[in-house]
Amino acid sequence: MLRNVSTYDPEEASLAIGSRTPVTKSLKGTSPRMTKAKPVSDPSADWVACVERVKRAQDRAAFRALFDHFAPRVKAYLIKSGADMALAEECTQDVMATLWHKAHLFDPSRASVATWVYTIARNRRIDILRKQRRPEPEDLAWGPEAEPEPDEIVGLQQDSARLGEAMASLPRKQRELIEKAYFGELSHSEIAAETGLPLGTIKSRIRLALDRLRHAMK
Amino acid sequence: MTQTQTHQHLAPPGQVTHHLTPELLMAYSAGTLPEAFSLVVATHLSICDSCRADAASYDTVGGAVLDSISPDAGACDFEATLARITSSPAQPATAQPLPDDVIPSPLAAYIGGGLDAVKWKKVGGGVRQAILPTSSDATARLLYIPAGTAVPDHGHRGTELTLVLQGAFSDEDGRYARGDVEIADEDVDHTPIAETGADCICLAATDAPLRFAGWLPRMLQPFVKI
Ligand SMILES: [Zn+2]
Repeated sequence: MLRNVSTYDPEEASLAIGSRTPVTKSLKGTSPRMTKAKPVSDPSADWVACVERVKRAQDRAAFRALFDHFAPRVKAYLIKSGADMALAEECTQDVMATLWHKAHLFDPSRASVATWVYTIARNRRIDILRKQRRPEPEDLAWGPEAEPEPDEIVGLQQDSARLGEAMASLPRKQRELIEKAYFGELSHSEIAAETGLPLGTIKSRIRLALDRLRHAMK
Repeated sequence: MTQTQTHQHLAPPGQVTHHLTPELLMAYSAGTLPEAFSLVVATHLSICDSCRADAASYDTVGGAVLDSISPDAGACDFEATLARITSSPAQPATAQPLPDDVIPSPLAAYIGGGLDAVKWKKVGGGVRQAILPTSSDATARLLYIPAGTAVPDHGHRGTELTLVLQGAFSDEDGRYARGDVEIADEDVDHTPIAETGADCICLAATDAPLRFAGWLPRMLQPFVKI
């Protein structure tokens, strides 16, 4: 489902500009009519391709699709983390504007779009709600040779999707404990990092991506 | 008795051997650590790719939590967001204080530069410290401990993270060199000694309440020069 990431077709994107329909992934040579539009709530929607289009073509339709899915979730996350309605709305607009402006910094070999949006929203929450700075690790910049392989991206995205499924199938109590931690309801000494989630493959995949970046920096 | 907890991975010599715990990495990802602790974590992650990958996997959990929230808080204003994008174009990257071989960039941002920019204050016996500006729920400071300085047995309160940036110290649990983190909880009682050779520079963070003026972190109370 991610095959269009590396074979980006600008013509296809220009068709989408100004349109309010969800972004579809038409294959080259197929008529647009033959391509079934995916509803934006579809969990398998290709968010990576949407960010790619925002980055390369300032594609508003792609941004709209991302917005319709993520903005209400970011808003709910901020409210669960203690923001009131007005602040949550303000903050969410800010998070989504950041997504637009920083689309070029998104690295699909290291994070899913949901993960990336989460980190933007979390940092905004620390800034606005906790009124603290957020120290971030030293940047590992994209080098000219650091472009990830397409299957590196597909692998990471699939692992992230699987993690979401694993989360959904956790016993309710356990899932709630994880959610509590991420909504800031647990202090760092109350957090139990044993989530029961399969994090091993994701860790090693991200580690490989970091090794590639380190290598390219040398 | 020694109860220092560190998360040890197997690593070749010369690499980081004392890592952050999964709990700290998850709390950093959840955004619930005091700023001073986050600074230690971010600085360690700048040196240690193993923990950086672990932290990123906890971010993935955060992404899964975000994705599975029921979006019942209502819609958000799309047109207002577009207006925001148009009216506030991408901010140009502001010049960040430059890191150096000892000070990684997250720490350089708090110092206002590399090692040369640290405003040390003498605390006696050749030991120096510099308190860094963070939120008040925990304290971060840089420590400069001359090579060969020993720290006698003592207890302390709260959680204390000590990250080595230069030189090394040893205690009953092993040797801590650049990148290694010692995580000490209450009732830890042991005797770290700064190695001879290079002077030891550490970043320490503690959430212990400041009980009296002149309170110093465990590494400094009291020290004697060998
Ligand atoms: Zn580590």
